[in-house]
Amino acid sequence: MKRYSMFAVAREAMRFHRGWERAWRSPEPEKRYKVIVVGAGGHGLATAYYLGKVHGITDVAVIEKGWLGGGNTGRNTTIIRSNYLQDPSAAIYEKARALYEDLSQDLNYNVMFSPRGLLMLGQTEHEVRGYKRTVHANRLQGIDTEWIGPQQVKDLVPIINIDGPRYPVLGALLQKRGGTARHDAVAWGYARACSDMGMDIIQKCEVTGVRTEGGKVQGISTSKGEIDCEQLAIVVAGHSSVMAEMAGFRLPIESVALQAWVSEPIKPCMDVVVMANTVHGYMSQSDKGEMVIGGGTDGFNNYTQRGSWHHVEETTRALVETFPIISRLKMLRQWGGIVDMTGDRSPILSKTPVEGIFVNCGWGTGGFKAIPGSGYGMAELIARGHSPLTDQFGLDRFKEGRFIDESVAAGVAH
Amino acid sequence: MLTLTCPCCGVIAEETEFAPGGEAHLKRFGPGSSDDEFEGYLFARKNPKGVHFERWRHAYGCGKWFLAARDTNTLEVFATYKAQTTEPPADVIAKIKAKRPDWEGYK
Ligand SMILES: Cc1cc2nc3c(=O)[nH]c(=O)nc-3n(C[C@H](O)[C@H](O)[C@H](O)COP(=O)(O)OP(=O)(O)OC[C@H]3O[C@@H](n4cnc5c(N)ncnc54)[C@H](O)[C@@H]3O)c2cc1C
Ligand SMILES: [Zn+2]
Repeated sequence: MKRYSMFAVAREAMRFHRGWERAWRSPEPEKRYKVIVVGAGGHGLATAYYLGKVHGITDVAVIEKGWLGGGNTGRNTTIIRSNYLQDPSAAIYEKARALYEDLSQDLNYNVMFSPRGLLMLGQTEHEVRGYKRTVHANRLQGIDTEWIGPQQVKDLVPIINIDGPRYPVLGALLQKRGGTARHDAVAWGYARACSDMGMDIIQKCEVTGVRTEGGKVQGISTSKGEIDCEQLAIVVAGHSSVMAEMAGFRLPIESVALQAWVSEPIKPCMDVVVMANTVHGYMSQSDKGEMVIGGGTDGFNNYTQRGSWHHVEETTRALVETFPIISRLKMLRQWGGIVDMTGDRSPILSKTPVEGIFVNCGWGTGGFKAIPGSGYGMAELIARGHSPLTDQFGLDRFKEGRFIDESVAAGVAH
Repeated sequence: MLTLTCPCCGVIAEETEFAPGGEAHLKRFGPGSSDDEFEGYLFARKNPKGVHFERWRHAYGCGKWFLAARDTNTLEVFATYKAQTTEPPADVIAKIKAKRPDWEGYK
């Protein structure tokens, strides 16, 4: 693999850009791999990457039914933060945020990580108390967050209306090193690095069955034929229940639609991410100038990648009240993804009832931020049998009633 | 936007008038059941891509719970029916079979 650098750009500029090579190979599948990862979203690709980089396992295939990064990874609003309440969450989300800091250097691929700062507005007394509690928890966990007052919010976000009639801004939870990154680049960067280590990324290849024998995984059936493996990692977000059914078990997951939309591009007007969970909306400005907006999920099971109109209306209404200047903006695009929701709003990184099969799912509305940490922990779980990052996120927590409850701390999607 | 018919009061309305309530026909396990049964009842869900039986409440209407058979892959509603049943009635099954001959049936 040729490395990307300033010199490479200069060299290629001199020869009409004819020397760039493809970022990853597109091979046909082999008969057998040590590890197969299903799903070339961020989590699947990161799992493969750290299997190779940290554990030296490169006999790996990543199987994707569509194109890589075409699932939720390419549909999300790219918010990165680690200000969660519970210790296991803080550990894995902060590991991810920390890896994001120099991911571009690590992958030799610009993922445009932008730790521009992130505010979660407190708009009711209840929310204020909740976030102050999070700040205290974060302090104990070694995560840098703070509580700021309404005037400081106004200083950071001049376009905000802090004395809205219904939900005035009473303050905010600020994580200064939270922010955004380029979602496609995260998938592409990992894919390029995996391919470079000799792993096969096989796109347009749908997994249609899982073969097991005596409670142990043997391989998978795909639209490109049968492939054997020793270990299988199911990392398919909204389709986790469908894959689990193929393997013969059920998951505590419901798949629902989550939408996002962007405005026409305008001049820079907001250089932080703002989340307003009480009124159900959040907004940031992309580097192109578009206002990137998201809200809550639909309530019913859905695999169509189309959400309900009234959620768009509800969120836009709330944000117009919070940021009056956006009332005249035209919306350019709207889309949806199918997110995998668990009851405690925490992910599942776990062994399964079938020996050799692992799942990484349940990231729901908030897994983009977790991609590097999740891949790091998942790779360790597959290679070593357990990982301090994932131990608490096992499937057994449901039977044991040992939830990692993040539904209070994060009432809205992001 | 889904349109549902409430089988209790007969009103046809958009989804904003209803509240979704998750998978229908769950078999309840209580004290005396095994840990696995209790876990399955509380947490494990079919969450199928295709025919789904689910609970809804006519929240901004008559207030009653009812059930619906719906395709999660197309959002097509096959039928809505009253909640006083432990499995989908035969006429609902027949309606689904007519439209989805490959459907493996209620499990
Ligand atoms: C609108 C929206 C906004 C969001 N905003 C944020 C945010 O601001 N911050 C944040 O942290 N998170 C956000 N999220 C959540 C985040 O996008 C996801 O948690 C994360 O991208 C999940 O990554 P993944 O790799 O697990 O899944 P995906 O990227 O969905 O990848 C799974 C892949 O599996 C493939 N697959 C499925 N079935 C099969 C099969 N049978 N055979 C082969 N391949 C298969 C799919 O095609 C897909 O490419 C948002 C999500 C949405 C939808
Ligand atoms: Zn009614």
